[in-house]
Amino acid sequence: MSKMHVKMTVNGKEVEGLAEPRTLLIHFLRENLNITGPHIGCETSHCGACTVDLDGKSVKSCTVFVAQAQGKELTTVEGLVNEDGSLGVLQEMFREHHGLQCGFCTPGMITRAHRLLQENPNPTEEEIRFGMAGNICRCTGYQNIVKSIAAAADTLNAQKEAAE
Amino acid sequence: MIPAGFEYYRPSDITSAVSILQEHGDEARVIAGGHSLIPMMKLRMADMGHLIDLQDIDALKGIEIGSDAVTIGAMVTQHELITHEGLSNAVPLIKEAALLIADPQVRYMGTVGGNVANGDPGNDMPGLMQCLNARFELSGPDGVREVAAREFYEAAYFTAREDEEILTRITIPVPAGGTGYAYEKQKRKIGDYATAAAAVMIGGGTASVAMTNLADTPIWSDAAGAALAAGDVDGCVSAMMGAIDPVADNRGPIEFKKHVAAVILRRAIARAQSRAS
Repeated sequence: MSKMHVKMTVNGKEVEGLAEPRTLLIHFLRENLNITGPHIGCETSHCGACTVDLDGKSVKSCTVFVAQAQGKELTTVEGLVNEDGSLGVLQEMFREHHGLQCGFCTPGMITRAHRLLQENPNPTEEEIRFGMAGNICRCTGYQNIVKSIAAAADTLNAQKEAAE
Repeated sequence: MIPAGFEYYRPSDITSAVSILQEHGDEARVIAGGHSLIPMMKLRMADMGHLIDLQDIDALKGIEIGSDAVTIGAMVTQHELITHEGLSNAVPLIKEAALLIADPQVRYMGTVGGNVANGDPGNDMPGLMQCLNARFELSGPDGVREVAAREFYEAAYFTAREDEEILTRITIPVPAGGTGYAYEKQKRKIGDYATAAAAVMIGGGTASVAMTNLADTPIWSDAAGAALAAGDVDGCVSAMMGAIDPVADNRGPIEFKKHVAAVILRRAIARAQSRAS
């Protein structure tokens, strides 16, 4: 099969590369673009470690062909830092509230939580748990992940209020 | 977990997509959200030389709310079904079912068209569409035709859709005001298919009952609906238990599945009755 010329925007930067259409988006990100934030956990669309934001949707990049993502806008955990390169609010809150132990699931957790808070800036604990149900963590028992996301929502809302 | 290679197409209208299907026959498949097809391709259980991505076809998008019926484009995602306010008001049963499908990431990609067209007995939308008496629009080389959801499913992965046809739109009659509804699903974990699921509507002297993953097609039972419409819950459950035909698998033996099916159906009926007015 011949390779296709893939173009997309990743974390605000236009990128391109050659890949077979069957290449999974996660492999294109990690191997062609060297963007290694999104992880390969199960590679069967169960665990959510490969979650990226694709045109405003949280998707599992192990279950998207690179051809389907042609021309689209992607955000990975690398794109969620502040402009000066310091940790973004969600990242900082995961650190502050020990929302990770081994850290393998964390990029997917944070990228998914980012979209969740865009859509629902004031989630209840139940809404956080329901909204994060596509991401599996084998260390934390989730309690601190939920706390981190709730704290990030509070911080982001306070920032918004202060700016108004 | 790398699928076999394929030629990739992204046509922008239905006619072009159908003509690619015609040209390549059963060597070609369409892909919607891909969350059933891609896992099968990665396992090399599905293999096609030509993959036709439907994402750029505008005619397959959008939800239209009419006074008598709603129509839903085949490429509308589960996420859109859940977040569309007009749809939730007109046919709230759809949102209740969509929220129980897979997980958030899968719902952003998974489409209603893919879910109903795939013919997987585990999918939730086929039974739901039978309960709602939906009609599926199919576009093919000979034009457009409609098939009732209740006549669409023939066996696991076999439906009334021909190889060269694409399921393009779904039309659902808007239930009368005061219709009680419920979708109840038993699953082992988030993201799992149903051990048993039931869709129930009651109102205006009629009732409709369908169940999922308890046979090689969804099961809609006329007799179960008639019994429920007459207020005979036991008769409804017993008619449905006679209609299902579960097989033993990793979700449990046949006796267990029948037991769960009855429990789930009774729960769905109770909730639907509590919502009817």
